[in-house]
Amino acid sequence: MTAVTANGLEKAYGQVQALAGVSLDVPAGELFGIIGPDGAGKTTLFRILTTLILADKGTAEVVGLDVVNDYKEIRKKVGYMPGRFSLYQDLTMEENLSFFATLFNTTIEQNYDLVKDIYVQLEPFKNRRAGDLSGGMKQKLALCCALIHKPEVLFLDEPTTGVDPVSRKEFWEMLGRLKVQGIAILVSTPYMDEASLCDRISLINDGKFLMTDSPQKIIDSYPETIWAVSGDKMPRLLTALRKIPGVKTAFAFGDVHHVTVDKGLTTGELKQTLEKDGYTNVEVKEIKPGIEDVYMLLAGK
Amino acid sequence: MENIVIHTDGLTKKFGDFTAVDHISFDVKQAEIFGFLGANGAGKTTAMRMLCGLSKPTSGKATVAGFDVYRQSEQIKKNIGYMSQKFSLYEDLKVRENIRLFGGIYGMTDKQIAEGTDRMLDSLDFQQERNTLVKSLPLGWKQKLAFSLAIFHNPKIVFLDEPTGGVDPATRRRFWELIYDAAEKGITIFVTTHYMDEAEYCNRVSIMVDGRIDALDFPHNLKERYHAGSMDEVFQQIARKAKRGDN
Repeated sequence: MTAVTANGLEKAYGQVQALAGVSLDVPAGELFGIIGPDGAGKTTLFRILTTLILADKGTAEVVGLDVVNDYKEIRKKVGYMPGRFSLYQDLTMEENLSFFATLFNTTIEQNYDLVKDIYVQLEPFKNRRAGDLSGGMKQKLALCCALIHKPEVLFLDEPTTGVDPVSRKEFWEMLGRLKVQGIAILVSTPYMDEASLCDRISLINDGKFLMTDSPQKIIDSYPETIWAVSGDKMPRLLTALRKIPGVKTAFAFGDVHHVTVDKGLTTGELKQTLEKDGYTNVEVKEIKPGIEDVYMLLAGK
Repeated sequence: MENIVIHTDGLTKKFGDFTAVDHISFDVKQAEIFGFLGANGAGKTTAMRMLCGLSKPTSGKATVAGFDVYRQSEQIKKNIGYMSQKFSLYEDLKVRENIRLFGGIYGMTDKQIAEGTDRMLDSLDFQQERNTLVKSLPLGWKQKLAFSLAIFHNPKIVFLDEPTGGVDPATRRRFWELIYDAAEKGITIFVTTHYMDEAEYCNRVSIMVDGRIDALDFPHNLKERYHAGSMDEVFQQIARKAKRGDN
């Protein structure tokens, strides 16, 4: 069954074209990532799919229902966690959760199984006001509140932004467990390293999808030869690399520089050229690209 | 002896019985790029606020740019720059108006501001955007402008609080090239980030856990000590020990 389909969605805010023709197709039980920087159109897409705003053009269906005509039905069947914390700060953790359960004519007990995994971590603080919770706990509570009515589709808008790497990993582990229960999850993120945790991803830039596929297939599609270059004086090495004929692009990637090159050049030649320029401890080796390499290539075109 | 621009010794901040920052001691040298890492709630923001002269410590010592954090917070503010992802620029002002405002706040003369404006706009290749409202600039450009403004008054140290969050990968990397340029000119960089590849770009990195500095070293030494292939693995090993939740 298809959880979400969209065809040619467009949306402009005045002069700014936030979405410029986006189509997607997400089956039930899939963890689908929408990956791109701030301002790429991720939130606009989520707001259209959750029936909060109308698209200028294009159509979309969520669990087989039209986002314009059947919006009331859709709202009963989806869970939405917006990018900004939007629970009631003055209510306790438990009050927030039971409030959201009540809105959907259910109770915490009825769907406890679904949230149990996450809720047990929160339970010691259930009488604390939501406003006084830590960032990581707020995020877990928001996920519980989005889940408590047992939605068929879950929309999570940048749930890990500003979250440290350890908490981010934990959050993704939770999503992996939810997916097993058959819920389709659409999640947006600016962190490219989270792409590999999704079944399929779309890379989004300037309101358009650059590519949609499994993370592995997206990486396999990378057409360039890519090398990792390291040595002493890394910042200067980067500038030097960009001046070498045959080097197309050079960018820092952690403790190495990623370099794309013309077909003619060999790793040995590049090493020699750099050594001739006075660079020491130079290492050049061919590597496999990552999602970030693909994104930079596609977004740079 | 190398020039120490930030010195802390047992620096501590308590809120009631909660010790947010617990006896941290470290030195940062001039023109160093110092990565200040930690999980959410480890105490980074509180420590940074003390170093910027915005919050008085409960105990311990700290000097920033040679000034004491207890008694000379106003001098500290004049000698540092600050940039965060959330607040940096006035969106409803033009590019040149933002520059003028920041220059004025830091007590630069009209002549210094005028000359500095041209120099900055040239180096950023921004002359054409002089009269553009900041809100209509692309995010990457705003970021570059915000950084250039944070160092406009030629501070000794610039504090960068998650400067690259949410930015596209190419822009994020160009931003780090600006950081390197500033360090080459002698400005000390004190930076927090959640991108662990960026930790590799720092000269030295400290990792805070539960208010204390648990590790402080060159990235390659940390990777060696923790038998880790990347700074992300180092961070995961250290930060998983944290007992307290985030802020």
